Amino acid sequence: MAEPQDQRRSPSEPPFTPHRRAHTRAHDLERYAGLFAERTRVMRSSAMRDLMEITARPEVISLAGGLPDTSTFPPSSFAAQMTRIAQESSAEALQYGPTEGFDRTKECIREVMAAEGMDPDPEDVIVTTGGQQAIDLVAKTLVDPGDPVICEAPTYPGAVPVFSSYQADTFQVSIDDDGMKIDELEALLDRLATDGRKPKFIYSVPSFQNPAGVTMSAERRRRLVQIARERELLVVEDNPYGLLRYEGEPTDPLYKLDGGDYVLYLGTFSKILSPGIRLGWLCAPPPVMEKVVLGKQASDLCTSTLTQYFVAEFFAEERWRAYIDDLAGIYRARRDAMFDALERHFPPQASWTRPEGGLFVWATLPDYIDTTDLLAKALREDVAFVPGAAAYVDGRGGSSMRLNFSSSDEGEIREGIERIGRVVAEQVDLFETITGEHKLPPPPDPPAPGSVLPFRHK
Amino acid sequence: MKVAVLKGGRSLERQVSLRSGARVEDALASLGHDVAPIDVGAGLVGTLRDEAPDVAFIALHGRGGEDGTVQELLEILGIPYTGPGVRACIRSIDKVAAKHELRAADVQTPDWAAFNSVAFRELGAADTLEEIEARLGFPLVVKPAAGGSSLGVHFAAGAEEVPEALVAAFSYDDRVLLERHVAGRELAVSLLNGIALPTVEARPREEDRFNYEARYEIGRTDYVCPADLGAAEGPVIDAALRAWDALGFDGFGRVDLMLGDEGPEVLEMNAIPGLTDTSLLPMAAEAAGLSFEDLCARILDLALERAGARAG
Repeated sequence: MAEPQDQRRSPSEPPFTPHRRAHTRAHDLERYAGLFAERTRVMRSSAMRDLMEITARPEVISLAGGLPDTSTFPPSSFAAQMTRIAQESSAEALQYGPTEGFDRTKECIREVMAAEGMDPDPEDVIVTTGGQQAIDLVAKTLVDPGDPVICEAPTYPGAVPVFSSYQADTFQVSIDDDGMKIDELEALLDRLATDGRKPKFIYSVPSFQNPAGVTMSAERRRRLVQIARERELLVVEDNPYGLLRYEGEPTDPLYKLDGGDYVLYLGTFSKILSPGIRLGWLCAPPPVMEKVVLGKQASDLCTSTLTQYFVAEFFAEERWRAYIDDLAGIYRARRDAMFDALERHFPPQASWTRPEGGLFVWATLPDYIDTTDLLAKALREDVAFVPGAAAYVDGRGGSSMRLNFSSSDEGEIREGIERIGRVVAEQVDLFETITGEHKLPPPPDPPAPGSVLPFRHK
Repeated sequence: MKVAVLKGGRSLERQVSLRSGARVEDALASLGHDVAPIDVGAGLVGTLRDEAPDVAFIALHGRGGEDGTVQELLEILGIPYTGPGVRACIRSIDKVAAKHELRAADVQTPDWAAFNSVAFRELGAADTLEEIEARLGFPLVVKPAAGGSSLGVHFAAGAEEVPEALVAAFSYDDRVLLERHVAGRELAVSLLNGIALPTVEARPREEDRFNYEARYEIGRTDYVCPADLGAAEGPVIDAALRAWDALGFDGFGRVDLMLGDEGPEVLEMNAIPGLTDTSLLPMAAEAAGLSFEDLCARILDLALERAGARAG
């Protein structure tokens, strides 16, 4: 019989209690369970959460994270920038700031967006505590319980709990190598319309998608923006990776195509500078922004003043593009190492995407392999990935996995992929033995770089 | 008294173990003991020699902690420890070995067939699946031989689902079993020094009946303790006690069983059941009027008595 698990972490000591909190007695559980809001129900299973926590063991090569590499940021620059802030603006940098963020930060944001051809009105921009808060604020502003929200299948695993926490009715539209399938989206919109329903927004990561790595084609981008206009729908464009392109031609952001009427735009400094500074932003038209500002006030009053000063100092040095170019060089080499290792070590029954940028590759195994179970086996080989089910709200994606190439070096990536390939090959072999399947013919020639293998879902 | 609490480790149940350990540490501290928490790793023996505890409280679950490995080390180091001894751990960690012992002792356990992966890879075991399925019927349960909790346990409603379930179970262990599914009530009998505590019944929601994952979520499974068993209570307790004897348990343990049309059938025994806020052994102890502190104190006493009896 399984032990039920409490979802809380071990409690930290409250600051003012004179004695230790008496522990919950077993029969108290029901009392607490009765108090939990419906929105605390989580999509990800406890078993998967527990497995994911084991991936943090130091000996594990983790391709499960989504961390950018911050090791190449020069400590001397960091020290000089922070020193300048301390010497020149100590009192201000330690003070509260405006809820919308400083004008200086918004100038940096305009520079970043201009690099992808966008030119937002500073009035339409709010600085947020990371891009994650921007997703949260959008959902908080727009979603009532039961409201339909549309996202991609698979979608950013970190967005799923946000939508769940506002009790959205989340629908997923599948993607292929050209991003979200717009025909499928239109069919879904029609189906919802016959029930008199309309989604509050369509959430998309159009460039180097998390988790699949694919990029929405220019044609689909135009269609998506057009549909939003025709049907008066909001699209939430989440673009953390747009400037991390390693090959191919840039595509216009949805925000640029639309001009900011129906597209809300989410950006972040996390992947181009540092996730530790927790700085992101949201661009929205004034009526939406008004409500978002109220929501932001309720959440945390303002974004960290200190890190906004840091970003302004960093941008004043005018080396931020060069820094991104350095990062792109590092990530390109790591991505290529992952492609190479996948070709060598994954069995022919597996397929994977070939992203032109970003941080992730999405690999899909035969239907009969559940990647949550496979993770247990992989952990015995000291290697980890994110099971695909985390990117779906409906139990699909069970045979896919997300592989990150930004936070491990090339040697670790090669070794990690070799180990995963080994456990996958063992399970494929076992299944074929059990079912008496004959070995499949040798794999076709690998596709040219830049093209994407279609991937299947259960 | 100085008590080392062994927790964590490398098993897949590491997180549950950390929660069990934290709760035990609090209880032991409130009992006035000097507590040395140890996250079990490569330096365990060195740490134990340095700390030189009077007794070790084992709050490890799964491989390494529940399979006799740590118990053996503690025997060598001469440190008294809580829970069952090496022999009971070795017999109970492997569900297949445990079922053989139970059957030999005439304790009812659902019919099963077990394989390691070599049987499939090298001996053509796949050819026997049809007969096994005919014998066990559907739905059947496929599970890894080792490991607690529900990791890797799958139901197969028909023959077409068996290969996939086998592959999943083989992700957790090199040995798996196919087991006849017993329709009925899910019960857990916790025992302390060979005495049965009130029985816990798990009542999953109807839609979660075949979803082991649901057992992990608060609110998705109801637990009733003491379970209202009526006339079945005697046979259930009897089965649990005979399982305890058959596997050579001492200290404490938990017997999981199903109460179906053919009476109680033992599924498995847990040498180190969970000790978290939501675990079943503490729930049963509480129903017997034993607080968690009382329970930990009693468990420590039993460990010292066993060591004393041996020394004497």
